[in-house]
Amino acid sequence: MTAFPGLPDKRGPSSLALRLPAPGPLYEERFGAGPNTQPRFPMPHLVLDKVSVHYDGQPQPAVERVSLDIGKSDSGRGDFVVLVGRSGCGKTSLLNVAAGLVAPARGQATVSGRPITAPGPDRAVVFQNDALFPWLTARENVAFALRLRGVPADKRARRADELLKLVKLADAGDKRIWELSGGMRQRVGLARALAAEPEFLLLDEPLGALDALTRERMQTTLLDLWAASRVGVLMVTHGIEEALVLATRIVVLAPGPGHVVRTFETHFGRRYAAGEPIRAIKADPAFAAARAELTDAIFEGEAA
Amino acid sequence: MSVSAYSERPAAKAGETDGFSVPWSRPRPRRAVSARLVSLITILILLAAWTIAAQLKLVSPVFLPSPAAVWTKFVVVARDGFVDATLLQHLTASLWRVFAALIAAILVGVPVGLAIGISRIGRGVFDPLLEFLRPIPPLAYLPLIVIWFGIGEPSKILVITIAMLAPVALSTAAGVRGVSRERVDAARSLGATRAQVVRHVILPSALPSILTGLRIALGAGWSTLVAAELVAATRGLGFMIQSAAQFLVTDVVVMGILVIAIIAFALEFVIRRIERVLVPWAGRD
Repeated sequence: MTAFPGLPDKRGPSSLALRLPAPGPLYEERFGAGPNTQPRFPMPHLVLDKVSVHYDGQPQPAVERVSLDIGKSDSGRGDFVVLVGRSGCGKTSLLNVAAGLVAPARGQATVSGRPITAPGPDRAVVFQNDALFPWLTARENVAFALRLRGVPADKRARRADELLKLVKLADAGDKRIWELSGGMRQRVGLARALAAEPEFLLLDEPLGALDALTRERMQTTLLDLWAASRVGVLMVTHGIEEALVLATRIVVLAPGPGHVVRTFETHFGRRYAAGEPIRAIKADPAFAAARAELTDAIFEGEAA
Repeated sequence: MSVSAYSERPAAKAGETDGFSVPWSRPRPRRAVSARLVSLITILILLAAWTIAAQLKLVSPVFLPSPAAVWTKFVVVARDGFVDATLLQHLTASLWRVFAALIAAILVGVPVGLAIGISRIGRGVFDPLLEFLRPIPPLAYLPLIVIWFGIGEPSKILVITIAMLAPVALSTAAGVRGVSRERVDAARSLGATRAQVVRHVILPSALPSILTGLRIALGAGWSTLVAAELVAATRGLGFMIQSAAQFLVTDVVVMGILVIAIIAFALEFVIRRIERVLVPWAGRD
């Protein structure tokens, strides 16, 4: 495995596909102190600090004391953090906390030091079932965030067309949502989220409902967008390969109540961003090894 | 025609079934046309039965005037009028009342439905009121409205509005409750305020349901019309029918009924058209 030219490789021995950081909450590991050291993030920085989520009427919390942070990685790009784990491990709950759709029962969620109390365009969400607006065309869907801000119609149409081009749907602007395939819809959903000019993209299994081929194509689109826009990404997925391809960091959660079992720093997304073809990366023996290791981590402790 | 290698039976000729496949499971593009044809034939048969029954005087013309007599009456009333107004004047009077009531019902019912669907307080306030109002027949509250608001035009419109209110408000509320949670969340995460969510997500999401409510409301409106025109009306289709009934002018009664049916049918058609233009996505997402 080669390090990128011009990038300081702080990630340790590069012969390992996955490097395991020491156990312990990431936040403390990185910043050494408790949550009251806020002004240390001049860069956009999304932090969940020992967050617990407890839904009404549930006997036990969905998530207990999970810490996450999404900032800028050393390449200057945003972190691409992927949450994986078995069903019921609280992946989506954590994403909703970051989105401001669910309030944590304990702990704190902050973005650049400010507490998250409500959803906001700095943290645009893309859902599994696209959640597009069928009464609008693809272009109007993409321009939705701009319309909310009162951007003039011609200006927002132009911006929407740029974004549609970016997600490789240049010709679909006038299409109605139901005329689009599942993959195209997710592209529109991504473009719509990007139109809000978010600092963070929160992706809730955005590729979950797509067929395998479309999925693979969407993975490269996601990586391209991430590399081009420098947003930080928090993504929930069930796909192990997907997590490895996309993430700069993979957080493995386990249920009962949801907690972090392991955190992996990965390299594969960076290799794609540096120009290596996605097929070559997936064919790398290191990728297979990482895949096996991640799979083990996910099913660790589960009764066979 | 190629025959499957595994098949020993001869391929069926075009237009024939091979006895194994189920013919009605295949898409048949001309089905819609034939359903329409059946409807047409049904109507023709009924008309024929009516004509024959009237022609043979199986029933006295006082009870059942012939189609020809009804048609003649239609022409006469359209030209010379009945009870001091032409058919067109009766019709416009009725249409005006129904439409004024429909607009009032939309102006009140849609916001009430939104309040029921969106806020708990709104539901607490309006739900019992609507449930109280909904099952009461218009003829029951008509006297009270006359006592309160007199016998003028507003009372008639109010009676029809009340009948239309519940369907409009309840289907709006149902539409609001059916709004996908993810769509609202997506809009909020794109920066929408509460008011913007209502305006840009909830209202358009609920529109198909609201339009269905309007269709039901129009039906309720027409059935209330006759009751509304019971009181001190001088024009209107309902008034015309009642006057005719009092003088036992059965052909005008039948003619009036047919006119109301045709108008209601035409309105239904128009609303379906509006639906196709306004909410082409309905049923597709």
